[in-house]
Amino acid sequence: MKNLKLLINPLNNENPITVQVLGICSALAVTVQMKPAIVMALSVTVVTAFSNLIISMGRNTIPPRIRIIVQLVVVAFLVIVVDQLLKAYVYDVSKKLSVFVGLIITNCILMGRLEAFAMNNKPWESFLDGIGNGAGYGLILIALSTFRELLGSGSLMGYQLIPESVYQLGYKDNGMMILPPMALITVGLIIWIQRSYNTKLIEK
Amino acid sequence: MENLFNLFIRNVFTENMVFAYFLGMCSFLAVSKTVKTSVGLGIAVVFVITVTVPVNWLLENYLLKAGALSWLGPAFEGVDLSFLSFLLFIAVIAAIVQLIEMVIEKTAPALYNALGIFLPLIAVNCAVLGAALFMQEREYGTIAEATVYGFGAGFGWALAIVVLAAIREKLKYSNVPVPLRGLGLAFILTGLLAIAFMGFSGIKI
Repeated sequence: MKNLKLLINPLNNENPITVQVLGICSALAVTVQMKPAIVMALSVTVVTAFSNLIISMGRNTIPPRIRIIVQLVVVAFLVIVVDQLLKAYVYDVSKKLSVFVGLIITNCILMGRLEAFAMNNKPWESFLDGIGNGAGYGLILIALSTFRELLGSGSLMGYQLIPESVYQLGYKDNGMMILPPMALITVGLIIWIQRSYNTKLIEK
Repeated sequence: MENLFNLFIRNVFTENMVFAYFLGMCSFLAVSKTVKTSVGLGIAVVFVITVTVPVNWLLENYLLKAGALSWLGPAFEGVDLSFLSFLLFIAVIAAIVQLIEMVIEKTAPALYNALGIFLPLIAVNCAVLGAALFMQEREYGTIAEATVYGFGAGFGWALAIVVLAAIREKLKYSNVPVPLRGLGLAFILTGLLAIAFMGFSGIKI
């Protein structure tokens, strides 16, 4: 079914981060720990899906010369709503994410999907495309943050996994994992693994 | 007023938009395949940032910040519109990028096709909005400082993308494992370049 493909493709074949090269900046910044990464992934999914829906409904009426401004206003409005919801229901995580919720407005995934899909497709398909791309983004974010939190702080979701005894033996947390350069290298490795299995993605 | 030359050098190396602040990554990684398109995108980004930062500086100082509207009259002295800065900055950036897109489409259609979706994406390139927000945060005193800052930030970004493109072009002839070629290698290279640029972080000028 064609609509199912819209949901499944962005998880692997058209992953926003590893194939379309969108949404990199936030992937580096929020994946130091797992909890903010999951909240960020959910926020981006919601905003992408609904902004795709709204812009797709208006796609025949928006004048081409001002389309970027209209898209940005719609996205900014949705981000403000999501920001307020986060502040109300998960305040501690919202503090950790701080500026990056606002920066969802400039997250290339949103603009990228709006320009590439929502401007030319029907509302329901655009909504599904938004959910699919958000899910693909979330998948990579969870993989990255698991790696970085485990190796960089010895914990996952805030629960200390590496016991005190291992630290006594001389094991030290990998401090580089907390810095962005290692996130870049880790994404490179994820791409390597992905393309080894999915050889269609290898560039000629 | 700081030394303008120092300001420029600092923003190109120590506080490079790509390697120190990791802004503008998406177009940086996707367009850096050849030096030619990278130079084209780099010039476009330099132009956008150098124009939008001073315009946003004027908005910030004569409209947005606390007490900015006092030129209208004493009644407006207490007005603080800084909550609008996000929206206004990005509107200015979007308008200027739309303008540049029209100019490039007319004058250099080959470049327009090569840049594809990444040309309208300059509007949401976090480097452009980031430069405006940094300008606001650092409270530059004169428009000259703001312009030199914008030019330095843009030039730093352009330098970064051309460097990566040059390395990637050279590496095309190397024996890299097949699944790692292209994008995967670009990520690892950027990470290594970022670690190298961390070496600049102790320099104070």
